[in-house]
Amino acid sequence: MDRRTFLKSSVALAAVGTVAMPYVARAQGTGPIKIGLMAPLTGVVASGGREMVDGFNMYLDEKGGMMGGRKVELIVEDDGANPDMALQKARRLVEQNGVSMLCGNLLANTGLAVANYVKGNGMPYFIPIIAADELTQRNRIKNVVRVAGYTGSQFPRPLADWCLKQGYKKAATISQDYTFGQEQCGGFCQTFTEGGGTIAGQFWHPLNTSDFSPYLGQLANLGVDVIFAMETGADATRFMQQYSNFGLKGQIPLVGAMNMTDQSVIRTMGSEAEGVIVAAHFAEGSPAPVTKTFVEAHMKKYNKYPSLYGFSMYSGAMWLDEAAKSIGGKVEDREAFLAAVSKTELTGSPLGQTVKLDAYGNPIYDVHIRKVVKNADGKLWNAPIANYPAVSQFWTYNPETYMKQPPYSRDFQGIKKG
Amino acid sequence: MTPAPTPAAAGKPSFMPRLGLAAVILGTLFFAIAPLLVPTYQISILTEVLIYAVLAMSVDILAGYTGRTPLCLGAVFGVSTYVTVYWTSTMGGSPYTGMMLGILAATLVAAIFAILAIRTTGVYFLLLTLALGMIIWGICLRWTSVTGGENGLRGAVRPAELAAHMPFYYVVFVAVAIITFIMWRFVRSPFGLTLRGIRDSDSRMRSLGYNVSLHMFIAFTVAGVFAGVAGALYAMFNDFVSPSTVALTQSVEGLLMAITGGVGTLFGSFIGALAIIGLENAVSIYTERWQTVLGLVFIFIMIFAPDGILGGIKTLLARKRG
Repeated sequence: MDRRTFLKSSVALAAVGTVAMPYVARAQGTGPIKIGLMAPLTGVVASGGREMVDGFNMYLDEKGGMMGGRKVELIVEDDGANPDMALQKARRLVEQNGVSMLCGNLLANTGLAVANYVKGNGMPYFIPIIAADELTQRNRIKNVVRVAGYTGSQFPRPLADWCLKQGYKKAATISQDYTFGQEQCGGFCQTFTEGGGTIAGQFWHPLNTSDFSPYLGQLANLGVDVIFAMETGADATRFMQQYSNFGLKGQIPLVGAMNMTDQSVIRTMGSEAEGVIVAAHFAEGSPAPVTKTFVEAHMKKYNKYPSLYGFSMYSGAMWLDEAAKSIGGKVEDREAFLAAVSKTELTGSPLGQTVKLDAYGNPIYDVHIRKVVKNADGKLWNAPIANYPAVSQFWTYNPETYMKQPPYSRDFQGIKKG
Repeated sequence: MTPAPTPAAAGKPSFMPRLGLAAVILGTLFFAIAPLLVPTYQISILTEVLIYAVLAMSVDILAGYTGRTPLCLGAVFGVSTYVTVYWTSTMGGSPYTGMMLGILAATLVAAIFAILAIRTTGVYFLLLTLALGMIIWGICLRWTSVTGGENGLRGAVRPAELAAHMPFYYVVFVAVAIITFIMWRFVRSPFGLTLRGIRDSDSRMRSLGYNVSLHMFIAFTVAGVFAGVAGALYAMFNDFVSPSTVALTQSVEGLLMAITGGVGTLFGSFIGALAIIGLENAVSIYTERWQTVLGLVFIFIMIFAPDGILGGIKTLLARKRG
C-alpha cells in the first residue's frame, strides 16, 4: 500500500468509524441494556433524588438486575437540581456512555431541559416524576413518555369533585409560586368552579417560606369551607405545623396536593399532619395485597415507607421491563421500544390495578382520595377513603378542546365566573 | 483581589513575547485539533470551554485590567441567552437576529450597571454588582409570562446545519478566535493601558487628567458586550435557558475561571475554563461530591499559584530567566 492509498483508506476508515459508531452501538442487541438514570443527588431536593435511585434499584434487585431478559447496566448521574447540569449529563449519557434510554429527573425545569435535548435526537426519555403538564399535552414530544408518572393538574380535579360532594361551596388555595403549584391549583380551581363552587382567594408564596402567618391570617378570615394547599418538601412540613399551631386544624378542613402528605414529608411529622386529605394514584396505606407486599418490602430494605419518588421509579422500572419483554429485549430499536412502552398495560404495579397510557403518553389511574392516619405501628401514612376510577390528565374534557385553553399559570386558573 | 503583576513586561523583551506567541499558537492548535481526536461528547464540552472562556475573559477585562471584580457578568451573559432564546421560541424569529438582539440587550444592561457601579471600588463594587446580578435573576425567576419562571424557555436557536457537534464547534471556534483577538487588541491599546493605570492608582490617573469614570464606564460596557456574545453563543449551544443561567453561580464560575487561569492574563481564561469544566466532568464521573473536590483544587491553586495557572507559569519563567 503506497502512502496515498494508505492516507485515503485511513481517512475513510476514520470517517466511517465516527459516523457509524452510534449506529453500531444501537444495532447490537446482545450486551447489557444501558440505562441512563438522572436524579438530583446534590442540591435542594437531594433526599428525593436518592429515593428515586433507591426505587429504581429496588426493582432491578428484585429481578436480579435483568430487564426483558437482558442484564441492565444502570448509569446514575447527578443532575444537581440544575437544568444546565441536567442537560450536560444527558449529553454525556447519550453521547459518551451510549445509553439506549434516559430516565428520571425530579424538578420540572431539569426535565424540560432534557426533553428539549432529546427532541432533537429521538432518544427515548422516561419521566416518572416530572409532572409538567405541557410535556404530555400542548408541547408533546413523541419520545418523551411519562411512564408511571402523572401531570400536575391530574389529581386535584377528582379532589375538587370530592370536595363538592362533601358540600363544600367556597374554597381558597395557597401554593408555592411556580409552575407545578400553578398547575395543581389550576386543576382544582377549574373543576371546583365548574361544579358550582367558588374560589374566595388564591395565595402564592415563594419557595422556602418559613413563616406562613401572614397567609394563614388571611385564609382564616375568608370564611371558606375548605382550603386547598400545594406544598412540597420543607414548606409542606412548616405549613401543616403552622396550620395546626394557628388553630385552623379542625376548624377549616385542609385538602391538598399529593406531594404535601407524601411519605418524604409526613415521615418526620406528628399529629399536625393527621386528617389532611389529598388525591393520588398511590396510597401506601391501601389494603390491596400487592400494595402491602411492596410497602413491606420497601420497609424491610430501606427501613421506611416508600415515598412518591421511590414508588414512581419502581413502577417506572417495571414498566420499562414489561415493554422490553414484549419486544424480546431489543430496546435499541427506538421506534419499536417506544411503541411497546405506549402499548404496555402494567398489571403488576404496586397499585393493584392495571395502568395504561393515554394517547398523549400520560398514564390513566384509578385515583384514591386519601387521608393521613396513624396506622397500627403508630406511624403516619395515607389511607384511601374514596376512589375515582380511570382518571386521565384530561379529566372529563375532550383532549382537543381542553388543549385549546391556555396552560395554567398565575393569571389563568381556569376559574369559571358566575 | 489584588491584580496580578505582569511579569511579561519585566522579562527580557526579546524572549517573553516570542515565547508568548509560541504559547498562543500552541493553544490555538490545541483547540483546532482537539475535536478531531475526541469522541462526540467531549466536543460539546470543548464548545462549552470556548464559550465560557469568553465569559472569563470579559470578567478579566474588569478584574484583571481595571482592578474591579464584578459579580454580575454571569447575569449579563444570561440576559443575552434569554433574549436570544425568547426571540427564536416565543417570537419565532431568526436565530442570528436573536443573537444580535441578545448582545444588544446585554450591552444595554451592562451600560446601566456600569453607571451605577463605576463610582465604587473594592468590596463595595463586588457587593453592588452582586446585587445588580441578583436583580436580573429575580426578574427571570418571577416574570413568568415572559421568562417561563422556574421552568425557563425552550428555544430553537440552533439552525439545522449546525445541529451536529463538529460543525458547531468550528463555528464557535472561529467566532471565539475573532473575539479573543479583538479583546487582546483592546487590552493592549492605549485605552487598555489607561485601564491598567486606573487599576494601579485611580487617583494618580485622575490627577494626570484622565476621565476615570468614562474609562470605567466604557470598560464595563465592553466587558458586557463580550459577556453578551458568550451568552448568545450559549443560547445556540444549549437551546434552553432557565434562571440558573443568570444565577450568581454563573458569575462566580466566570470569575473562578479567570482566577484559575490567571487574572490579568486574558489568555489564562482558556486554561481556567478548560481546567474547571474539565475537572467538573472528569471528577463527576467518579464521585457525586465533585463540588468538594473542585473546592479543594481551588484552595490549592489559591495557596500555591495565587496568580493562577498562567500567571504562575509566567512568574516561574521570569524568575528562571531573570
